[in-house]
Amino acid sequence: MITHHPDGDILLSYAAGGLGESWSIGVASHLAFCEECRKSVDLLEELGGHVLDCAPVNPVPEFHGDLSLDVVNPDNESNNVKRLNSDLPSPLNQYITSKNISSIDWRYIGGGVHEHAIETADDGSARLLKIPGGRVVPEHGHHGRELTLVLQGSFGDHNGEFFAGDVADVSDGVVHKPVANADGDCICLVITDAPLKFSGIIPNLVQRLF
Amino acid sequence: MDQKINKFDLDIETVRSSTMFKESNSTSKHVWSSGPKIVGSSPGFPTELLQEHKIKIDSGELLTNDDMNAVLKRMSLSRNRDDFSVLFSHFAPRLKSMLLGSGTIAETAEEIAQEAMLSVWRKCEMYDSKKASASTWIFTIARNLRIDRYRKEKRPELDPNDPSLVPVQEIPADEQVDLRDREIIVKDALENLPEDQRIVVKLSFEKGLSHQEISDELGLPLGTVKSRLRLSFEKLRVNLRSRI
Repeated sequence: MITHHPDGDILLSYAAGGLGESWSIGVASHLAFCEECRKSVDLLEELGGHVLDCAPVNPVPEFHGDLSLDVVNPDNESNNVKRLNSDLPSPLNQYITSKNISSIDWRYIGGGVHEHAIETADDGSARLLKIPGGRVVPEHGHHGRELTLVLQGSFGDHNGEFFAGDVADVSDGVVHKPVANADGDCICLVITDAPLKFSGIIPNLVQRLF
Repeated sequence: MDQKINKFDLDIETVRSSTMFKESNSTSKHVWSSGPKIVGSSPGFPTELLQEHKIKIDSGELLTNDDMNAVLKRMSLSRNRDDFSVLFSHFAPRLKSMLLGSGTIAETAEEIAQEAMLSVWRKCEMYDSKKASASTWIFTIARNLRIDRYRKEKRPELDPNDPSLVPVQEIPADEQVDLRDREIIVKDALENLPEDQRIVVKLSFEKGLSHQEISDELGLPLGTVKSRLRLSFEKLRVNLRSRI
């Protein structure tokens, strides 16, 4: 049962196609866990259909594509890609190819915490974090928005308990103090706006975890 | 929405006799030379409905959104190129104007519209007329292509066959709100939003703008854009979920 969802503004932008790639990974991965938000996104896509219906007509040249079906269709091929990592929701499998969570190429960043950066084309930042159970992450404020999706294990903060599939959507300026629960490592997908002044400075990065 | 917007003035004979398709090889098994074929034995799709749409298309009558759904469904069953030309004439000009709104130049907008329609043809077997209207389905295809081609980003999509997904409980057919009613509900829900919220929602869907881009376009603080989108999402969700 999912109790913590992303805020509606990013669900709406995801459905509309205005959300950057990093944030879209977070939303799509949450959808894998959350039937409620899947339904909401489906309904919002109907709104997109309505907007298309109402769009003005702008003349186009005649169709010039090839309608023969003999050509190999790359779209169909990519749909048949085998699910690689059964620990991860399908949107993340497009980015992480290791067979399971433990074989991910983790990088130690201090404080008992490991990270795995995910490469995206937008200016947001997406990464997986592995926090040992029971570890307290130092209290910290936020310089931007931060979306944290629990993939495995759980953590708690002033907003309650977060289990697999739950999302903590924390806005600018909020100070919080998450604690990974003692039920094993807590693996999270963390999306942040990436302010340039922090890039590459590891000690600051650790302070900004969660 | 004005009823006329749902319809388009299409002289089907003109479309048929036009050189819309460059037939690469007339012996291809997918070339249909003798007009639309009706697939009567397809399970789950009423033959009468197909017949009705065939008559409308043949008579050049204006087509409604319902007709578009049926034409797309029929194309998915029969691979009829005449059906494709009907869909292309209706959707490609609308896709182009939406894409132009998102800042693409005319040439790119046309290319993406063309490519989106080619995807519609190639993927039409995946179209489920019980779940979505033709407009909704085509909107999602064009949205993903725009992200891919224009923004040069990937669109992480949920695989509907993801084994970890909890299957959604099927709503019994007699309790489903039909697509025509759903359209009206969606239109009402959008129109009933307060003006300041409706504007940010429309900019999101019509142009695919990010929060920052909406903030720049309207000259509003980013936080205001976000809170208006949050409020409108909540209203839309409550309104749509209670009625659909």
